[in-house]
Amino acid sequence: MSTYAQKKGFGATLWDYLTTVDHKKIAILYLIAGGFFFVVGGLEAVFIRIQLAVPNNDFVSAGLFNEIITMHGTTMIFLAAMPLVFAFMNAVMPLQIGARDVAFPFVNALGFWLFFFGGVFLNLSWFFDGAPDAGWTSYASLAMASKGHGVDFYVLGLQISGIGTLIGGINFLVTIINMRAPGMTYMRMPLFTWSTFVTSALILFAFPPLTVGLVLMMFDRMFGSNFFEASMGGNTVIWEHLFWIFGHPEVYILVLPAFGIFSEIFAMFSRKRLFGYSSMVFATVLIGFLGFMVWAHHMFTTGLGPVANAIFAVATMAIGVPTGIKIFNWLLTMWGGSVKFTTPMHYAVAFIPSFVAGGVTGVMLAAAAADYQYHDTYFVVAHFHYVIVGGVVFAILAGTHLYWPKMFGTMLNETLGKITFWLFFIGFHMTFFIQHFLGLWGMPRRVFTYLPGQGFETSNLISSLGAVFMSLGVIVLLYNVIMTSVKNERVGNDPWGDGRTLEWSLPSPPPFYNFKQLPLVRGLDAYWLEKMEGKKGMTPAEPLGDIHMPNASFLPFVIAFGLFVAAFGALFNMDDKAWSVPVIIIGLLITFGAMFLRSVKDDHGFHIHKEELMEDDNDKGVKA
Amino acid sequence: MHAEEKLTYETWPAEPEKSTLEAKNKFLGFWFFLGGETVLFASLFATYLALKDKVPDSTHHLAKDLFELPLTFVATMLLLTSSLTSVYAMYHMKNFNAKKMNLWLVITLLLGAAFLVLEIYEFNHYVHEFHHTFTSSAFGSAFYTLVGFHGGHVAFGLLWITTLIVRNAKRGLDLYNAPKFYVASLYWHFIDVVWVFIFTVVYLMGMVG
Ligand code: HEM
Ligand SMILES: [Cu+2]
Repeated sequence: MSTYAQKKGFGATLWDYLTTVDHKKIAILYLIAGGFFFVVGGLEAVFIRIQLAVPNNDFVSAGLFNEIITMHGTTMIFLAAMPLVFAFMNAVMPLQIGARDVAFPFVNALGFWLFFFGGVFLNLSWFFDGAPDAGWTSYASLAMASKGHGVDFYVLGLQISGIGTLIGGINFLVTIINMRAPGMTYMRMPLFTWSTFVTSALILFAFPPLTVGLVLMMFDRMFGSNFFEASMGGNTVIWEHLFWIFGHPEVYILVLPAFGIFSEIFAMFSRKRLFGYSSMVFATVLIGFLGFMVWAHHMFTTGLGPVANAIFAVATMAIGVPTGIKIFNWLLTMWGGSVKFTTPMHYAVAFIPSFVAGGVTGVMLAAAAADYQYHDTYFVVAHFHYVIVGGVVFAILAGTHLYWPKMFGTMLNETLGKITFWLFFIGFHMTFFIQHFLGLWGMPRRVFTYLPGQGFETSNLISSLGAVFMSLGVIVLLYNVIMTSVKNERVGNDPWGDGRTLEWSLPSPPPFYNFKQLPLVRGLDAYWLEKMEGKKGMTPAEPLGDIHMPNASFLPFVIAFGLFVAAFGALFNMDDKAWSVPVIIIGLLITFGAMFLRSVKDDHGFHIHKEELMEDDNDKGVKA
Repeated sequence: MHAEEKLTYETWPAEPEKSTLEAKNKFLGFWFFLGGETVLFASLFATYLALKDKVPDSTHHLAKDLFELPLTFVATMLLLTSSLTSVYAMYHMKNFNAKKMNLWLVITLLLGAAFLVLEIYEFNHYVHEFHHTFTSSAFGSAFYTLVGFHGGHVAFGLLWITTLIVRNAKRGLDLYNAPKFYVASLYWHFIDVVWVFIFTVVYLMGMVG
């Protein structure tokens, strides 16, 4: 049963990943798929910057430009940032709480495949008369007027991948509540686990409004309903509300896990307990709560009236307070620590000023009266890239270097890692800092070109050059990944030497059952505590016994694939194609058939017996 | 306790829906799922309220012209009663009496089906008597979407509970299927609660204008 030690053929490995329900392998799937979409979204960004590098450029047409910016935003948020964050949650959170897997391994796999097929579906729009072109926010007034099928791809693709995200969130919530190891109280949970917890709660309450918005838009475009058709009594502002009730929590869904990753990094590489642990937990929960009270700050210019604008302005500014608490706690964690500047720590230190800059422009935007000036200019573009790239993407890159050894058993090269960091860091500020000024000077966002002589030329060129640096950074990272995988030098439990939390007490990568015996947690930074007392590993909380594990299954793949097929049918049904209805029916039959199978066929999982676990021990003895 | 173990009336635990880790997970996960569903319906309610009586011109009928109390009252009674009968079913589940549980579940199903029949009749009535359709106005779209989503949930619940009864008809209760029955009954209560809100917000508030 020591599967991780065996060599397998390509076909067997592929089948293994198609049917896996193991959170560590699902994490790798999320990392690969999310990484792929990150590169796709990055290419789209490069096209945008090429088009805008010089005035009156005709690298792409106006219509194609709209498609590119829409797909860039949608891909980066839904198909790159979220799945990459999910990759680390899956890889690390169950280990951090001392669990053998998540609460619903089958649902975990299903969530991945739904996201994956939703994402593929959305991107296939490029090959069928055009991608969506109404912006990533897909405002109904634009979306309803959009010709072709682009917006239909958006609506259907996001519904499929959204369900995947939603069930993933529920799964994490239950895992954290029910599956913590003995002694792992809530106030001993690592900050990354805490942020996974709060993020999952945000997902649970934020995704349904998006789903409803998408369904209404689908009904309008496909079945002739009138939600957004003013002449029939409809109202497009409903879409704006539904979208932003989802949309603002969504930005915290992205950034809270980033905060979590950085909290781990600051403590690890300052070799100090996280400063103000309980206030960090409190701030995370408060941000999550306030995140639902501020959506209308995206709609200051919609005309909700001064009272609504004032309330939402104040609520928005209030979020700055818990965010500030966090910033000070990170700084004070480094204070007096013995700081080690590893690659992850580079990102963490760079994150602080970058993210603060984004927060400051956020508070500026939150002043409703001033926002009439900033709204829909490059100032907003600069703001959200400072928080999303400076916060989320930095965290993803940092997490990639930090957790690579835990996920793959080998370390990324530190020198190359630092080169990536510097290229990306310089490129990022070069691209986006100047955009604040472009916005203040009056350059609107989402325009496909501008005229010479308006004072926008030099700044846009600088911005485009910055994008080159960022691309180089990503290329070095990819090179690093390939070189590391080829060399494949194996590492032990705690390759950084500074691990504090439970995941570093396990082999890299951990065996498929994670913990042979559940560990006894005696405080915050459980593994660090044991190390400080001179122990090699955790004290077990139970005698060696049989372990119950879930069975692998191909059904998650099939369920998601059925919806993918049905979505194609639904899309072409609008053109009255005769084959479309059978395609919908076949797709739904596949999905519901697989769900039916799942529900009538008992799945009790299997047991790993004590004797096999002891053999595993001997295996390792031989290898070492 | 293992889920597959054969139990007797004496060894059957007091809370069979929560006595294995899998069951606890399912129980909690389902509550969270219902939390998400609540937000889903809340969004639909908000949309409905924003679009209530929003019609292109005065030839269209408004809420106060459409709804009739007797019909919706009967529908409400059917659904409320079905919630009660599902409680009886769970009572027998906790007492390890699969036969009686199934009997009460079947009664629940019949009441739910009767509710659906009434709803279909109602929709049909609006379409033919009042030309109030899904596409005739924003009001129509919002009405059929909200009430239809609920109806869809009822239909799914009927299929789900039927499948459960048929699949477990021969083998009786164990700790593997008891939680399944339990969450299905939770779902059924949830549908009922949503209907209470629909009855109030759509029908009662609709009739007062
Ligand atoms: C102190 C914290 C923050 C405040 C006060 C704030 C405030 C605002 C305001 C008022 C706007 C609307 C500007 C307009 O359209 O005119 C905005 C836009 C935006 N913010 Fe923030 N923000 C904050 C943090 C964040 C964070 C942490 C993220 C993401 C991780 C984020 C992502 C975005 C995005 C994506 C948009 C633009 C959406 C669009 O129109 O396409 N913000 N922010
Ligand atoms: Cu916002």
